[in-house]
Amino acid sequence: MAKMNLLQAINNALITAMTDDERVMVFGEDVGHFGGVFRATSNLQEKFGRGRCFNTPLTEQGIIGFANGLASQGSVPVAEIQFGDYIFPAFDQIVNETAKWRYRSGGQFSCGTLTIRTPYGGGIAGGHYHSQSPEAYFAHTPGLKIVIPRNPYQAKGLLLASIRDDNPVLFMEPKRLYRASVGEVPEEDYELPLGKAEVVSEGSDITLLAWGAQMEIIEKAAEMAQNDGISCEIIDLRSILPWDVETVCASVMKTGRLLINHEAPLTGGFASEVAATVQERCFLHLESPITRVCGLDTPYPLAHEKEYMPDHLKTYEAIKRCVNF
Amino acid sequence: MKDRNHLSRVNVSHSATIIENGLIDIPMLQLLQADGTPHKDATLPDIDKETALKMYNTMQYVRVLDERMIAAQRQGRISFYLACTGEEASTVGSAAALQDVDMIMSQYREQGTLAYRGYTTEQFMNQMFSNEKEPNKGRQMPIHYGAKELNFMTISSPLGTQIPQASGYAYGQKMAGQEAITICYFGEGAASEGDFHAGLNMAAVLNCPVIFFCRNNGYAISTPAEEQFAGDGIASRGLGYGIKTIRVDGNDIMAVYAATQQARKIALAENCPVLIEAMTYRLAAHSTSDDPTGYRSKDEEEKWREKDPIRRFASWLQQQGWLDEAADQAHVEQTRQEVLTELKRVEKVPVCVIDEIIEDVYDTPPWHLQEQLRELKAHISKYPDAYPKTSGRINNG
Repeated sequence: MAKMNLLQAINNALITAMTDDERVMVFGEDVGHFGGVFRATSNLQEKFGRGRCFNTPLTEQGIIGFANGLASQGSVPVAEIQFGDYIFPAFDQIVNETAKWRYRSGGQFSCGTLTIRTPYGGGIAGGHYHSQSPEAYFAHTPGLKIVIPRNPYQAKGLLLASIRDDNPVLFMEPKRLYRASVGEVPEEDYELPLGKAEVVSEGSDITLLAWGAQMEIIEKAAEMAQNDGISCEIIDLRSILPWDVETVCASVMKTGRLLINHEAPLTGGFASEVAATVQERCFLHLESPITRVCGLDTPYPLAHEKEYMPDHLKTYEAIKRCVNF
Repeated sequence: MKDRNHLSRVNVSHSATIIENGLIDIPMLQLLQADGTPHKDATLPDIDKETALKMYNTMQYVRVLDERMIAAQRQGRISFYLACTGEEASTVGSAAALQDVDMIMSQYREQGTLAYRGYTTEQFMNQMFSNEKEPNKGRQMPIHYGAKELNFMTISSPLGTQIPQASGYAYGQKMAGQEAITICYFGEGAASEGDFHAGLNMAAVLNCPVIFFCRNNGYAISTPAEEQFAGDGIASRGLGYGIKTIRVDGNDIMAVYAATQQARKIALAENCPVLIEAMTYRLAAHSTSDDPTGYRSKDEEEKWREKDPIRRFASWLQQQGWLDEAADQAHVEQTRQEVLTELKRVEKVPVCVIDEIIEDVYDTPPWHLQEQLRELKAHISKYPDAYPKTSGRINNG
């Protein structure tokens, strides 16, 4: 075990994957010799050569289009989009091409080896275009997997599983945790399962569900609620698509209450999907309406970032409303 | 770190002269004249009788297939069709210059490449009738062919998306050490998409062995080329990306063949992209959902009919003594029969069982797809008459 921050864990996962399989190639804007604007790809070019780790021209649709072709050829591309906010030029390639490649060809061809890495999320004074959490746009796309880690250990295990999974994976990295989140990470090769949520701590009064950087927010709110005698069960969803309905519903059937927290705007956010599904499956177990604590339905603001964010205080208040319903 | 000087290739001038558009005049390679006679100074590619006849027969085959399938769509037997009439030489001539190991990524008007590689009438029909024998499992519209065994990437409708994909595919071929290239076809309309820019620039910068083959046929549905771009066609753009470029007469199969052979050689030897712009004319309607009389004149079409690529090549073949007119007529008639017979046979083949609706979305269907299939099958079982294509073969086990 070694102490690593989230970026080091990702870098370590990339080195592990590239060492293990020479078909793995890492590319994107500034990922080459420079090692990426966040340094996630440091030293890869030096270790594995320019053929396998390289800069691309500044074109997101080009990066993903190129990656789609490369994946269908049999290579294992790990493409980086510098910020999740800039993934939209590649939306057509991801939604119409990556995600449908296997289905439309009857399984003759696929982009299953593709992994798209992108930093996402706010809390870093990033304003409109360095803060967004676009997971819900992609959750509406059959054929994709979407994975979001919450700490360095998760990041390495989930990224390795994503790279080796035979389906295209959008791997979203909570950038405000890149250096802030530090933990023990095994230096050997290991994977964590995709499509599986993790019950981080057990409780009996209410289920709190989040993913990525918001995990520390709900944990903090749960601590405050604990002081009021409220016992929270905390779940990290980890995979947005396909998501682990079993774990979430089992928890709600036990606690009778559910709060979902995400940074992205409320309307059309992934919490809507979870809430509707849980309501269908756990109707007779629910003791209060399912609560969503999310970003506002506004573009991500700069000066009002603190006010915008679904922070621990907003979550704490929502927990109390839910329990006292 | 090495010093870089991005001005190293810049010449300095001392007067504010704006460079005029069209200063570079890109010529069009033409080897055969309209009557099939080679131009005096033309260097014809080496071509044997067998290859030449295969190219000719493939063009004839596609012409017959197109005519028959447009009729089939008119009769309501298939939902959609898209002919390549007038463009047979561009696709067949380029396909003939490739090797079977080369990947073909096409737009949708390149059935000639598939036919040249040996795609059978039955396979064409299976795809168009979306039946259970179709490799895409009936999931896409007619003409969206795909054939892994022929290195023909499955077609998709979004325009231009295959262009950066071809760059990536070719990069993978290079990295894997394959003696193979990728060819990527698209129309002059698709070249206005952002993906054209992305794909060509990436191929040039990342040294990808790919041929970009543009069919400039004058129209994107109803939009004429002069409303598509103001520059010197598509070829002039290649030079801006640092890509080796050639413009050819797309109705002259010898010119297309020679240019593509040359392009393949360069792409493979130098690990670089080559752009070919084939100047041709879309004699066909855009598709069976389009009526060109709304945007162009019969006169204009007639002028291009006189430049028919099949007739031009037939004349050359006759001059070689390689084509017997009576035998040719008999062969066309035989092809018509074959197409009609297969059409009648294949239209009776059923569609895939309903279970296929959730396959191949992922490598294995996740829980939510399995659940949705179970519910769907229960529903079909309850109302079998409403779902006649699938209810007869449903297994609720």
